[in-house]
Amino acid sequence: MASLYELKDLSKRYTRGKESITIFEELTMSIPQGDFIAIMGPSGSGKTTLLNLLGGIDRPSSGSVECEGVRVDKLSEGKLAKWRSQNVGFIFQFYNLMPTLTAAQNVELPLLLTKLSGKQRKERVETALDVVGLADRKGHRPRQLSGGQQQRVAIARAIVADPKVLLCDEPTGDLDRVSADEILETLQLLNKELGKTIVMVTHDPSAAKYAARELHLDKGRFVEAKAEPAQ
Amino acid sequence: MNDLTLIRKNLFRKKLRAILLTLSILIAFLIFGVLGAFYKVWTSGGELAADDRLVTVNRINFTVSMPYAYWSRVQAIDGVRNVSHASWFGGYYQDPTQFVQTFAIDAESYLDAYPELVFPEGQREAFINTRTCLAVGEDLAAQYGWELGQRIPLLSNIWQKTDGTASWEFDICAIFDGNTDEYPANYAIFHYDYYNEALAFNQDQIGWMVINTTDPARNDEVARAIDGMFANSPAETETTTEAAFNEAFANQFGNIALILLFVVGSAFTTILIIVGFTMVTAINERTGEIAVMKTLGFPAPRIFRMVLAESVLLSLVGGLLGLGLAWLMISGVAEAAAAFLPGLALPAEVFLTGLGLAVLLGLLTGIVPAINAQRVKIVTALGKQ
Repeated sequence: MASLYELKDLSKRYTRGKESITIFEELTMSIPQGDFIAIMGPSGSGKTTLLNLLGGIDRPSSGSVECEGVRVDKLSEGKLAKWRSQNVGFIFQFYNLMPTLTAAQNVELPLLLTKLSGKQRKERVETALDVVGLADRKGHRPRQLSGGQQQRVAIARAIVADPKVLLCDEPTGDLDRVSADEILETLQLLNKELGKTIVMVTHDPSAAKYAARELHLDKGRFVEAKAEPAQ
Repeated sequence: MNDLTLIRKNLFRKKLRAILLTLSILIAFLIFGVLGAFYKVWTSGGELAADDRLVTVNRINFTVSMPYAYWSRVQAIDGVRNVSHASWFGGYYQDPTQFVQTFAIDAESYLDAYPELVFPEGQREAFINTRTCLAVGEDLAAQYGWELGQRIPLLSNIWQKTDGTASWEFDICAIFDGNTDEYPANYAIFHYDYYNEALAFNQDQIGWMVINTTDPARNDEVARAIDGMFANSPAETETTTEAAFNEAFANQFGNIALILLFVVGSAFTTILIIVGFTMVTAINERTGEIAVMKTLGFPAPRIFRMVLAESVLLSLVGGLLGLGLAWLMISGVAEAAAAFLPGLALPAEVFLTGLGLAVLLGLLTGIVPAINAQRVKIVTALGKQ
């Protein structure tokens, strides 16, 4: 499989007061297109930081993040925003939907950054909601939906602009087991049927089993734990 | 959906807060609109003044009279084209509460001095030639339902006749109007001679003189000549341009402009603080949502514009409602007040200034939250969730 991401000698350090905290040092990895990776590791191991670097919402202290030949870490803020809108779909633990918008409007949000017409946007939104099985809830506001339904709206929002990669930060962390399995099955479907590359951060070993491979981040380096999906 | 949908939904996400903010802005602009309309009509005398008109009053006070003889003496001064005079009569119709603003004048020279007064055909001549004629402004005639040919009595609390009565009989032989809507037509004029001959006291005195100069450039020279002519006399004079006289008349109750500026300024400063603080708080509450929008790819300048637009929209909604309400209120009382405040209306310039102020208020109250929103760090904001 062709490589989507190339991370070379990636380091990330934070300064807290006079103290410098190293999250990881000279991390090198490759993420092929169509991969579904679960990143696990103890709290503070840098899982979310790595996800942020992949998504271009944080910058490395040194090293490079390359996505299809684009040096993401070198892009200006404006170009980075545009790159994110075209290439990355984000799924958060707490859904992060806009409370004042309906499910359909939440899904439409990323499309406001495109040049699609209103009609085209509407078609895309309906398709995305259909994929996650919420076409009949498009007029509902987030507070009228269950946690699992809200996360499915968030997935629809993440895929509506047809990004290459989905970055999921604890996508089932706030859900019961049944809802979590539904979300993970949806992600698996997106990976297998639509070929979306998925990088998922999780604490949950049973969630990680849905991924094609698991990576354990510990003390700034990866330990590959599994090669084939269990489910 | 578009950016405006997002702006509108964010603005009215907390309905009570939005309503209270709109209401507070509405009140500020209502005050601005109403006071602006009154200020405009109150000070319109200065704007309606002609460049070539001077007013000469007694130096002590404009309510103190001067000898009638001054009138003919001023006519001889070089640079003077026309001189007229007027005297305050006041009076009321039937009941002391029905006040009538009335002046005793020299008809021909007065109408020459004020070409703004428009008479229907034949009525100007009728007024000049009829000794007992009362020429009535249209607004005043409408107020009391007076018609041409009607004989009416005006009563005075001051001016008694030699027969011991204070009832003055007049024939309405002319109804005039101003040449513009703003020009007052809320008063009446009659012949000085008719009044002077019947006066029980204070005969051969006039209230003030109105002088037309041959050239506005000679105003100062003529004014100095007039005041110099009566210097060291028992009735010294003070001559100013009509605009200055009208302004001084309007300001006899205080510096109206300063009072209005203080009232409106206080209202706007209060609103600026309230709305500004509330907008900062509202945007701070939405830091997480702004971070999510940035994550999705909304560029910082677009977020800046959206927050600023939200503040401007709030201000415009409140401002337009306030100005609209001011217009309704002013329109409601304009007819009833026509006799006292002719031309009372919400002027276009006050409305447009109000709109400009609304945009400015929106920009001022929105700039800090917009900068804060633009600067939101995605990682920091999402990390706080």
